[in-house]
Amino acid sequence: MSTALSVSDLHVHLGESHVLQGVSFDVPAGGVTALLGRNGVGKTTTIRAVLGLVPRSRGSVTVLGDDVTRLSTHAVVRRGVGYVPEDRDVFSGLTVEENLRLAERNGHARYELVYELFPELRERAGQRAGTLSGGQQQMVAIARALLNENRLLLVDEPTKGLAPALVTDVAAALERAAELTTILLVEQNLRVVQRVARDVVVLDAGRVVHTGPAQELLADPEHVRRLLGVHGGGH
Amino acid sequence: MSTFVLLTITGLGLGAMYFLVASGLSLIYGLMGVLNFAHGAFITVGAYLAWWFGEQAGGGAGTRLLVGGALGIAGGALVAALVELCLIRPLYGRPVEQVLVTVGLALALGALVQGIWGADAKPFPVPSWMIDTTTILGANVPNDRFVEIGAAAVVLLGLTAFLRYTRFGLVIRAGVENRAMVSALGIDVRLAFTIVFALGGALAALAGVLSGVYFSVVDPGRGTSLLIFAFIVVVIGGFGSIGGSAIAAVAVGLIQQYANYYASSGTGDLAVVLLLALVLLVRPTGLAPKVAH
Repeated sequence: MSTALSVSDLHVHLGESHVLQGVSFDVPAGGVTALLGRNGVGKTTTIRAVLGLVPRSRGSVTVLGDDVTRLSTHAVVRRGVGYVPEDRDVFSGLTVEENLRLAERNGHARYELVYELFPELRERAGQRAGTLSGGQQQMVAIARALLNENRLLLVDEPTKGLAPALVTDVAAALERAAELTTILLVEQNLRVVQRVARDVVVLDAGRVVHTGPAQELLADPEHVRRLLGVHGGGH
Repeated sequence: MSTFVLLTITGLGLGAMYFLVASGLSLIYGLMGVLNFAHGAFITVGAYLAWWFGEQAGGGAGTRLLVGGALGIAGGALVAALVELCLIRPLYGRPVEQVLVTVGLALALGALVQGIWGADAKPFPVPSWMIDTTTILGANVPNDRFVEIGAAAVVLLGLTAFLRYTRFGLVIRAGVENRAMVSALGIDVRLAFTIVFALGGALAALAGVLSGVYFSVVDPGRGTSLLIFAFIVVVIGGFGSIGGSAIAAVAVGLIQQYANYYASSGTGDLAVVLLLALVLLVRPTGLAPKVAH
């Protein structure tokens, strides 16, 4: 099985804090790999470091066979990487349609796919993104990443703060997206992880402490509790 | 009544120049987070280049203004783009160093202009029809005021259309909100930085040309005096907002004129500072913060 993303001995310092302390893991091509861990262990920083949004102190990042360690963020993304940030980061002053148009990278934008997954976005194309609900903003954020034919999606806590019904919709969208591309998913909701993830990488204190099949980990509640501080089966 | 009309149109003319300077300043800070103290130097350089190229072109005042003005604006854009590429770009993420560089550059460019062309004011080519007056409600208004107001209105409409209907405009509007996320969509935001800097330089140079028409001379201190009020306009209007800058520029220009006439000469500047303080107290982020439209 080929590797979509390879992170090797990645170190990141944010101010005085040594957030990532030699993170290494591979994401196999196809399907969803979940990046798990307690709050503050460096999951979001790992995603941001892969993209070059935070400076990497040491280590290397290889995306789809290309070493992108020294590339700027836009150049990494142009290698075929989509990003759904933790706080959605939609452009509130732009309309939904403008948010999507901004994300277009070539003439092959997949509007049909995006509107099939999120038909509401078509109806709200002219509405300013800042006036959307949290769930609708999350749809825009995911739609932006799916608009291009990305070969790797980095998705950071897409269900955070969403109502249960919307969590189901987002999980369904991730399942559909996983048929088309590889996803590295940061997610706290273990029900979602159980539903969509094939593999897991668990971080603790800036280091990888576990890798393996998702179902194997989630089937062991004691192991889940020890690694993540929660009971298996979701919350 | 005629005095009020004259003050109003003169205030709008002054506001037009403030707007031209402030719009570039506002976009540069809104998008790039760069507090550009060298922006005043772009005004001076634009005005002097317009005067110099006009002298080289020869002919009547109209020809000299047209040729010199066009080349002065182009020169302002070029100087600004070079400043961004050579001096600002290596310092992104280091705001203190950026401020020091722009302050140093403002002093250096001012000294350069003075070194080349001297400290004395130079007579600016102004066609006779601009010096002539038009009578409106009993007030004899110099025609150049209409040129300044018209130029600012065209720039406002053009900028609004550019920001709303072009791909670069979309990138700039998004970048003003969150430039890291623009990069995360695969867009090289550095190109937008250079374009915004060049655009700001061109608008500052246009303000320099129009100030030459307004005052009939150019002098080395022109940029600095306009820049102070442009900064006030940007703070009142909200960094990154073209519409906010337009409203604030009109307010500052009018208040300056009214206060100078109806209170006493010199109180115009004080009134503007009081307006700034009031806005900062009531609405610290300005009239329309951080949205470039």
